[in-house]
Amino acid sequence: MQQTRSVEIGTGLFVLLGMGALFFLTTQTTGGDDFSADEIYTVEARFENIGSLRTRAPVAMSGVTIGRVTSIRFDAVTLEAVVQFVIDSQYDQIPDDSDASILTSGILGSQYIGLRAGGSDTYLADGSEVLFTQSAILLENLIGKFLVNAGSKDEDE
Amino acid sequence: MTTLLRDVYNTSVEFVRTFGAFQLFSLRLIRYSPGILLRRFDLVIKQIFNTGALSLVIIMVCGLFVGGVLGLQGYSNLARFNAEDSIGVFAAFGLIKELGPVITALLFAGRAGTALASEIGLMKATDQLSAMEMMAVNPVPRVLVPRFLGGVIAMPLLVAVFSTIGLFGTHLVAVELLSVDVGAFWQQIQITVDMDDINEGIIKSLVFGVAASMIAVWEGYNAVPTAEGVGRATTRTVVITAIAVLVFDFMITAVML
Repeated sequence: MQQTRSVEIGTGLFVLLGMGALFFLTTQTTGGDDFSADEIYTVEARFENIGSLRTRAPVAMSGVTIGRVTSIRFDAVTLEAVVQFVIDSQYDQIPDDSDASILTSGILGSQYIGLRAGGSDTYLADGSEVLFTQSAILLENLIGKFLVNAGSKDEDE
Repeated sequence: MTTLLRDVYNTSVEFVRTFGAFQLFSLRLIRYSPGILLRRFDLVIKQIFNTGALSLVIIMVCGLFVGGVLGLQGYSNLARFNAEDSIGVFAAFGLIKELGPVITALLFAGRAGTALASEIGLMKATDQLSAMEMMAVNPVPRVLVPRFLGGVIAMPLLVAVFSTIGLFGTHLVAVELLSVDVGAFWQQIQITVDMDDINEGIIKSLVFGVAASMIAVWEGYNAVPTAEGVGRATTRTVVITAIAVLVFDFMITAVML
């Protein structure tokens, strides 16, 4: 009896572990979000186009990750994308006229938000909004512009 | 010359005969499977424990190191293109679609398949199977089918554990050791991997589970009932399973692409 009991417990544990692993693989949601900061503050920015930015993307200043994107939604009134991100509270002296742009790490890498410092004396705080933003650069648009330029040049000649 | 031709002819006929016998044997196993699943699930549970739970340690350790190696290799190559952030995708695709099912099946053949084949072969060598028949107990549903079903159920779970642990191995190497950004690592995985990729892994693991278990049970059941015969059956189990798994892997991948 004791023998069967331990076999059953072992089997149950194994099946549960397997199911858990399967669940993890199918959902792919994991504790990947370990941008560890005890205190954070939330900042908002509006972009015309966010490209393929996703939540949990890093927010970097001078190339150093100081925060993460927490939510992305579409504002139906202003027809803009509203990106909310949190910044580690130890970086609480970021000028409020800093500008945010959506950049790509590497040629084919993931997209992130890059902050560039402004010159104001007042700083970004919880709930404030980054006013100056630059949309993601879409490769298709670049190619389109290039083709248009090339075309008009031909006509000039 | 005629003896050579005769030999070739005999070998070919024997090969086709073995292949046909294997098909019939498979059909017998599958015919008894629903009944055993419904009425004698306790036997199946014991075999899930034997083939699955007892293989967990080797699966987990190997998964961790395979994932770690993927992290190291992927990093050194991707860093050249300044695309270290894609290392998560690189490892996730490799593990979920190919390495997880294939390596798990090979390890399964080595750890559980050999155990099945030698156990059944020894039962046959010590006349336990004949004794069952004497008692009007059919050894196919009583001995073979639970072992087959145990392997079939255990394999997809083992593959899932392997892939998951492997991903954490890559995470460990890439994020903790080589300081790839953790957000980019998981973000890229979530963007790129979709349900089709997971399904491909699951389909492969099911097919490999059926193939590996069936070959092990077949080899054990058809072992020559001597010490040498059981040993040979064990070896053949690993060899044939490895070949079958890699051939099936190629065919499934070709179809799924």
